[in-house]
Order: sequence, then C-alpha cells, then structure tokens
Amino acid sequence: MGDRASNGRTAVERRSELELVVTRTFNGPVRLVFDAWTKPELFKLWWAPKSMGVPLLSCEMDVRTGGSYRITFGHDASDAMAFFGKYLDVSPPSRLVWTNDEGGEEGAVTTVTFEEEEGRTLLVLQELYPSKEALDQSFVGMEDALPEQFEQLDELLITLSASV
Amino acid sequence: MVQFSTARLDASFAALSDATRRGVLEQLGSADASITELAEKFHMTLTGMKKHIGVLEQAGLVTTEKVGRVRTCRLGSRGLEEEAAWIEARRQIWNARFDTLDQVIEALKRKEKVDGGQSE
Repeated sequence: MGDRASNGRTAVERRSELELVVTRTFNGPVRLVFDAWTKPELFKLWWAPKSMGVPLLSCEMDVRTGGSYRITFGHDASDAMAFFGKYLDVSPPSRLVWTNDEGGEEGAVTTVTFEEEEGRTLLVLQELYPSKEALDQSFVGMEDALPEQFEQLDELLITLSASV
Repeated sequence: MVQFSTARLDASFAALSDATRRGVLEQLGSADASITELAEKFHMTLTGMKKHIGVLEQAGLVTTEKVGRVRTCRLGSRGLEEEAAWIEARRQIWNARFDTLDQVIEALKRKEKVDGGQSE
C-alpha cells in the first residue's frame, strides 16, 4: 500500500486498496484549469495525448450536476471504445465528481478538486474503486503508454494563438 | 508486466532454504532492524548475520541502508514490483495528459492577455 510513482510533476499514489490519487500543480488560475476540464472544445485538446496511441473520436459533455458525458476513443467507429457516466457533482471552479459507468458495477468514481494558490492551481484527482479487483484490472492494455513530444499539440496551440 | 528471471527465482529459493534467513524475513515483516539487533535476536555473530543478510539482499528480498554506523535492514520491495509498474503506467498516462494540459493553460493565459484579461 501507499505505493507511489512520482517524477516530474505528476505524483500517483495508491492510497488504499480502493483508492488511487493523482496530484499535479498547474501554472494558471483555477478558473482556466477548471475550464480546460469542463469545456469540451478545450478538454478534447489534452485528454487523449498522442502517446496514448488512440485518438479521441467524439466527446459529449453535459457538465452540470446530474448531467452525463460520453467519450469515445478509436481510429474509426468500428473499433471505438466508449467511456461514459454521470456527473455527480459539478461545483465550479473547485470540484468535479463523475461516475465511470463503462466499468459497470466495477466502475470507479472520479473526484477532481481544484485549489488556487497565488495564481497556480493544485489539482487532486481521486479514483475510488468499488473493490480491489476492480482497481487492479482497471488498467489492462494501457501499460505501453509513454509520454512523448506532442508536435500535434504545438501546431494546435499555434492555431489557437493565431485565432485570437 | 514484470518478468521474474530464473536466476532470480533460484536466488530466492536459495535464500529461503535457510531457517535463520526465513526467521529474519519474518522479523523484518513486522519491523525494520539493524544487523546488530538481528544478530542478537538469532544468537549469531555479527559476521554470520552479515552473510545471511548478504544472501537475502542478493535475492532482492531485503534492502539495507547505512545511516551513520548502523546498517538498517528492511524487506525488499520485490513483492511490490508489479504494483509499482502498474502505478508507473498510470502516472505516465496522467503525466502525458497533464503535460498537454499545461500547454492548453499557457495558451488560455496568452489568449486572456491579448483579450485584455476579459474572460467570459
């Protein structure tokens, strides 16, 4: 227990049999970070980094308490993987809670909190699993993901900056 | 995931073939201890205990750390390796996402500046 991986700025810790906690500080105010998590057009830019090897196909988010979301990954509709669930709590700009219903009864509940400190944002993401087995199996098939340079993103950011 | 090599398995079995070494592992399972403490507990010379610890260390079952003049022994993290790899894989995903998110936030900040700090 309490196993931890941290290099660079992202720390991941298994805090208990059922709980995984990810922390990171972002160099920006809470409202911008919260926007990036709750506005689909911004969320799409970073949720499926190229190193995941699977692009984001679609992303529907009705971000309000009781609303639902559906995100699909894949190269085309035939091999799409869907992730979906409900927002249990949307409290701008400090808290987001959603279910991960694609896991059925084994699905985790994700809680993200945003805390501002002198223009920076401390983000804590907690995944709470219904059972130890569910947590253990939650990552099958994604072991090969590696961070890399995101040239795609650079291009995108240039476009973003140019569009203002 | 994590592969255990035959050589390492052999080392583990050899390490566990001795009753004293199994006792040491059991002891370290409840608390870390210095070589001196372990030697006393198992009625052995310091040299004898050092040899046992050496064998356990070779097998990855125990790690030791010298602080000042005392060498403390604790259980090795081998049992945790698989979990550590799993955690690391999660970290890589989130790290990749968050590195990208950093860039998005930078872009949003620049955009706000250009807009004269007027956000919706």
